[in-house]
Amino acid sequence: MKLQLMLTLAGAALMLTPTVGRADAPAKQLYETYCVQCHGLNRNGTGVNLPGLSVRPRDHTDAKGMGATPDDELFKAIKEGGLAVNKSVLMPTWGGVLTDPQITELVKYLREVCHCGS
Amino acid sequence: MKRLLLAVGLAVACVGDAYAGGLDPSCAACHALVKPADASIDRLWTRKGPDLWYAGSKFNAEWLTSWLQNPKAIRPAGYPYFKSVMKGSDHDVPDPSKITPHPKLDKAAAEAATAALMALKAPADLLPPGTFKGDMAGARMGKLSFNKLRGCVACHQGEDGKGGFSGPELTDGGARLQPDFIAAYTANPQAFDPHIWMPKLTLKDQDIQRLTAYLSQLGRGGNP
Repeated sequence: MKLQLMLTLAGAALMLTPTVGRADAPAKQLYETYCVQCHGLNRNGTGVNLPGLSVRPRDHTDAKGMGATPDDELFKAIKEGGLAVNKSVLMPTWGGVLTDPQITELVKYLREVCHCGS
Repeated sequence: MKRLLLAVGLAVACVGDAYAGGLDPSCAACHALVKPADASIDRLWTRKGPDLWYAGSKFNAEWLTSWLQNPKAIRPAGYPYFKSVMKGSDHDVPDPSKITPHPKLDKAAAEAATAALMALKAPADLLPPGTFKGDMAGARMGKLSFNKLRGCVACHQGEDGKGGFSGPELTDGGARLQPDFIAAYTANPQAFDPHIWMPKLTLKDQDIQRLTAYLSQLGRGGNP
């Protein structure tokens, strides 16, 4: 009986894994394509563009600061840029490059990076 | 190995007339000389150099001939940047071991390559002639937009060589690039380069015209 339960759970895990993988990989790839240039490989605001920035980009590993920012504000900042959420113009609008579902996935990814809830 | 030979074979086949006109087939190993059918983000990650299928609408011929004989890095963090940066002490930095210098051509080869590249024009619906309307009076506001209002300097090094690293330097952008290209690319980078990491900003045409007026003077010996 135990073996049957284990096999059932393993089967369920296998069925679920590809879906999780597909959802996760694009968001990480999107982050590494667009966000890393300013937010950095460490995701803490230390990207290769830092010398050109008058304002330090948001530290996405900052659980306190990120935790205090709701999902809809993160979504708006990505889609409409920093000015839309009273932040710096140096955070550009990505709504012309990323779809709404992609931005939603990026917000979820940010929650993984900061280890913090919405 | 077979795959590599096939790829090289395809590349040679792709350049076809361009090769006959003066491009070494090795160019196609890093640059797309015809519009790629694959517009996926995965292709962006496999690129080794910028696409050149619209080079004749992008570059100024004189600059191209000169640069090919004495190539200097245009993109300080390599191309694509996300494959050639590494963690540094204060911030990410370019990893020199991952940045391949561009081959240097002799004068005859550079002139032949320039002629071939200048024949690679963007279609008129992508880059309509006259996209930049030629009003240079907006250059001062363009400078302000570049450095402050629109934040272009975050990713591009400007006239004083200061700025970000992930985009091409624009210190000599006016000498290098055609004004119509500057205007059209700034308005919609992804129309040229699907998924490219330059944001498509919500700029009015007036902004585009002013930025183009400013950038098209850089490196041309003027005083923007």
